Amino acid sequence: MTSTTAAKVRKIPPGPLEYLRRWPLQAWLVLVGIFLYAPLVSLMAFSFNDSKRNIVWQGFTLKYYVKALNNDSLITAFGNSMTIALCSTVISVVIGAMAAIVLWRFRFVGKTAFNAGLAIPIVVPEICMGVGMLVFFAKVLPWPHNLPWPLDLGNIIIAHVSFSFPFVAVVVRARLASFNRELEEAAKDLGASEFRALMDVVVPHIQPSLIAGGLLAFTLSLDDFVITFFTAGPDTITFPVKVYSMVRFSVTPEVNAASTILIVITVLLTFLALKFQGSGALTAGHGADDK
Amino acid sequence: MSAQPIISFQNVSKRFGKTTAVDDVSLTIHEGEFFSLLGPSGCGKTTLLRMLAGFEMPTEGHILIDGKDVSLTPPNQRPVNMVFQSYAVFPHMTVLDNVAYGLKMDGVGASERRDRAEEALGLVQLAGFGARKPDQLSGGQRQRVALARALVKKPRVLLLDEPLSALDAKLRDAMRSELTSLQQKVGITFIMVTHDQDEALAMATRCAVMNRGLLQQVATPSDLYEFPNSRFVADFIGSVNMFEGTLDVDEPDHAIVNTTEAGPVYLDHGVTGATGTTVWAAVRPEKIEMHKRTETPPQNLPPKVDDAPEGYNVIAGVVKHMVYLGSETNYEVEIAGGKLIKVVRPNLTRWDQEDFELGEQVWVSFHACSPAVLLS
Repeated sequence: MTSTTAAKVRKIPPGPLEYLRRWPLQAWLVLVGIFLYAPLVSLMAFSFNDSKRNIVWQGFTLKYYVKALNNDSLITAFGNSMTIALCSTVISVVIGAMAAIVLWRFRFVGKTAFNAGLAIPIVVPEICMGVGMLVFFAKVLPWPHNLPWPLDLGNIIIAHVSFSFPFVAVVVRARLASFNRELEEAAKDLGASEFRALMDVVVPHIQPSLIAGGLLAFTLSLDDFVITFFTAGPDTITFPVKVYSMVRFSVTPEVNAASTILIVITVLLTFLALKFQGSGALTAGHGADDK
Repeated sequence: MSAQPIISFQNVSKRFGKTTAVDDVSLTIHEGEFFSLLGPSGCGKTTLLRMLAGFEMPTEGHILIDGKDVSLTPPNQRPVNMVFQSYAVFPHMTVLDNVAYGLKMDGVGASERRDRAEEALGLVQLAGFGARKPDQLSGGQRQRVALARALVKKPRVLLLDEPLSALDAKLRDAMRSELTSLQQKVGITFIMVTHDQDEALAMATRCAVMNRGLLQQVATPSDLYEFPNSRFVADFIGSVNMFEGTLDVDEPDHAIVNTTEAGPVYLDHGVTGATGTTVWAAVRPEKIEMHKRTETPPQNLPPKVDDAPEGYNVIAGVVKHMVYLGSETNYEVEIAGGKLIKVVRPNLTRWDQEDFELGEQVWVSFHACSPAVLLS
């Protein structure tokens, strides 16, 4: 018979879900962390390296940041990337949300085919999309040169929309699955037209997914290299393409510095979006603690 | 009742593909009624309500509101409002915005909107809750918001889809009486869909019982209970003992149904049916009396029943099950042939009650006026 005091000091073995109390799993966690983040951390660290070759650590400096910010073509490329990302995100969110609502709301001939067709840009290899876009803009819809900014980016924006709006549609569709159809009916019952009901009830419900989908579309567009490389004309260049051309000569800390700026921007945007989405989900969800 | 019904279904049918949800229903509802559509799940009652709200269009027939055919009118142009089963309170709006939404759609000015919404919230005892978000409310409070939101538009008819099904038992009882008193206060016609017969009997002034898309019977709650027109209604409303038999004698002042299980059943009224056909005698458990049985049955049993000739409506049995419920005790008495007869006896006194034990030999009996004879 165990006494009660003995029971108190007894060491309880880790439960089935207490991963962090088992050392092999802790070690695994550390390994995964290194695998995921070591390249990024070293990239950021070497952006402060006071060395032209950027192979051995020579000392701390910020001069490559100054150099990167003074590199006009790099800044232009960065501006182009941001413009393309913003435009394609807005268009993708609108088209993607509309596609999701159509698939959720209606039954129509060819719905299965449409659903499958939406998934194609997600699964088709980027290189194929890129070549396809190249042929498309060469033969079917030749994009004129020497257009004023930002019209010269139009073909790249179209290309980016075509591969990022299905992602938005998938995210929005998932959110719509949890929508209570009675809410829409209630709005109509109270006098709202189809469109008012959509804007007043459905859109607020899918708002977090619009933000999440938009964020996805933005990052997809911002870091796309392959499709942009095939689509862009000789005059337009985006940030990833520019970095690629810089790397072809040598991996200078300037490239690291520019990349670090990009990482910081995307991480900040992600953080903001998640925070926004979190607060939205809180008011729309349960959270009835203060009853 | 006014001359013109407020709602009129004329031979309304609704088919979804091959299934018929509502089958040739004709029904009129008058101003000021608390009308209940009652039936098991899948009987078409919700489809009927949704057609009235405008969410479904009838495949055949017409729906008239105030004499105007609204069969194909979209929901936002009908003078009816609905309280949904899930309440469907808009989660991203405050309580006040929820209630004022319908007025906003009608183009009512902001200040009047606010006043009328506040007034409606007061009506459902939620005054002062206007600034809250729905997730800060309990289920019962959310339902009140849904009620206020529908009532604020002063509809001709308020539709309630299973209004009490999501509430816990205690709140449900409170809401029952609150809904009926609210209906009397605002004077709006209420139409409620429910699968709960207690709810329908307790709240409605008139009920329609539906089964498999067909209207079975439309009557007041007490008529449904005491004068069911079919086995389905008798069985669905309350509990019942059903004896199948043939109609042997059918005279204006009495009738005899020869049942296989309970012997001949004597009725003190005529049945308008053809003799020799199969009919069912239905007796409610509380209308059955139980007496102790000794070795030799006394001559004057059942003592209270002097309107049936001796030998009728008395069956020998054995107590098989007993459930004590405080206010009453439910018994199940097995009679010859193995059929169990349900008997409900109120516990009228605290002691000296005639007690029965499991396995005890008893007589069960009922008055000649108690059985309802059902032809279908």
